[in-house]
Amino acid sequence: MTMTTTSMVELRAVRKSFGSVEVLKGVDLTVAAGEVVCLIGASGSGKTTLLRCINHLESVSSGRIVVDGTLMGYAETSKHLVELSAKRIAGQRSNIGMVFQRFNLFPHMTALENVRMAPMRVRGLSKAEGTARACELLERVGLSDRQDAYPAQLSGGQQQRVAIARALAMHPRLMLFDEPTSALDPELVGEVLAVMKKLADDGMTMVVVTHEMGFAREVADRVIFMDGGVILEQGSPADVLGNPREQRTRDFLARVG
Amino acid sequence: MTSDPTIGEAPVQQASRVDEPTLTVRRSRAKTVRLVLGLVIIALLAVLAVRLVMNSKLNFAVIRQYMFNPSILAGVRRTIVLTVLAMAIGSLLGLLIALARTSSSVALRSVAFFYAWMFRGTPVLVQLIIWFNLALVIPRIGISIPGTSIDWSASTNVLITPFVAALLGLALNEAAYLSEIIRAGIISVDRGQSEAAAALGLRTRGIMYRVVMPQAMRAIIPPAGNELITCLKTTSLVSIISYSELLGTAQGIYSVNYDTLELLVVASIWYLVCTTLFSIGQYFVERHFGRGFALDRGARSVGIMSLFNPRRRVTS
Repeated sequence: MTMTTTSMVELRAVRKSFGSVEVLKGVDLTVAAGEVVCLIGASGSGKTTLLRCINHLESVSSGRIVVDGTLMGYAETSKHLVELSAKRIAGQRSNIGMVFQRFNLFPHMTALENVRMAPMRVRGLSKAEGTARACELLERVGLSDRQDAYPAQLSGGQQQRVAIARALAMHPRLMLFDEPTSALDPELVGEVLAVMKKLADDGMTMVVVTHEMGFAREVADRVIFMDGGVILEQGSPADVLGNPREQRTRDFLARVG
Repeated sequence: MTSDPTIGEAPVQQASRVDEPTLTVRRSRAKTVRLVLGLVIIALLAVLAVRLVMNSKLNFAVIRQYMFNPSILAGVRRTIVLTVLAMAIGSLLGLLIALARTSSSVALRSVAFFYAWMFRGTPVLVQLIIWFNLALVIPRIGISIPGTSIDWSASTNVLITPFVAALLGLALNEAAYLSEIIRAGIISVDRGQSEAAAALGLRTRGIMYRVVMPQAMRAIIPPAGNELITCLKTTSLVSIISYSELLGTAQGIYSVNYDTLELLVVASIWYLVCTTLFSIGQYFVERHFGRGFALDRGARSVGIMSLFNPRRRVTS
């Protein structure tokens, strides 16, 4: 395994409009393999849209997104970018894990079934292999005793940990987190952040949209402050959170306390 | 506004609670009155029903005699076969139309919309008569592909038997209604579900069949069950295009022996038996697709059906 500075994610001049509203106004970003990047910023700053563009849940209006050496969502011709077939896009997405604010667990499946479904359907694992992988991952997030529970029977924190296990079951090279603790009761935030910290310590490349400044300070290699669809400031957590250069960053940090 | 005198007195009450006896909950008087009233109404209705039946000139011997008459039983069988086939074809076609309605292709969406508009907008009785009389305008039906040896046709009168006309009329009509029910089910599933499945690398079909449809079924089954029972009863219309299902058979018998009401009672009892059996089936299907969801609300609305399974699968 090479732990060099190969980049896992590269965004070049990424723009995204919803109708006449431009949400991303030219974003350049490089995330190295093994790096943990936290995206912070006010709501409407474009951070969630940026995250969703990385795995092509939103298609970009212009610009390029390369993940692990693969241009996401498009084939490049001499003049244009042409959107790939649904099948190819699905294949690209299967290598990127995503964790949602609202968990989005499949309510009609148990925790175990949630985790093993995609490896079985997409990777063609047998039921036994899928179950083994799911059990291992549920143990890793501390939920081996709840594998037969349905999402409705789990607390928010437990659901989000199952969702992390479900994403990890595809053995992704990159994990995207979209405000993973924003829908949780305050006392449940810690258990989810602990799982994410462990994941970061294991060397996973992570892009995390978050309002948890404590987590960003402790775990992130780099903090990026977004404002009005552009990256306004980035650097080490100590710099951006402790000694921000921009007035808008200072205002934002003062508001979130 | 006057200030509430009890505010600020809590500590005093707490201090005296040591001496208070344990209180038990007693049924309120209003509830008892309601129960007694309910029982009285049921008793009165029962007396009324018994007197109505006893004083009528209904010949119960005839009802008993025809209840299991072979022709009547054959009629029941034809009614059930027609219902099941019409619903099966209707569901399949309805699913395709619903998917077309939700697709991104304008052409598919228009065709699906036109279909539902046409078949929901005209009476099923008229559609049945049209199918039955199709030979008047299209005497022969066939397939021929130029340049191949495929060239086949047959007389419409031979192809469209009363049974085929009945099945076409009912199935195509059901498809229009079921497509809307299925579409409503599909759009009732949260968008985050298909996004989560897409993020895992599932393709459109996998997302639909593994994630969206199983959840949509929860919203689809109750109105589809309704549709099944409606379809069963609608089969009685088919008697006018000379297909001898249950009602047609009963009519055939009473046109000879003039025991009109008795045979209609026989038919009604069989319709009730069938709808009851279908409803029981619906309960089990609903329970299957209720997996993982708190069943309390749904189970209560099924009322007597919860007798089949007092234990709930999910208690959260």
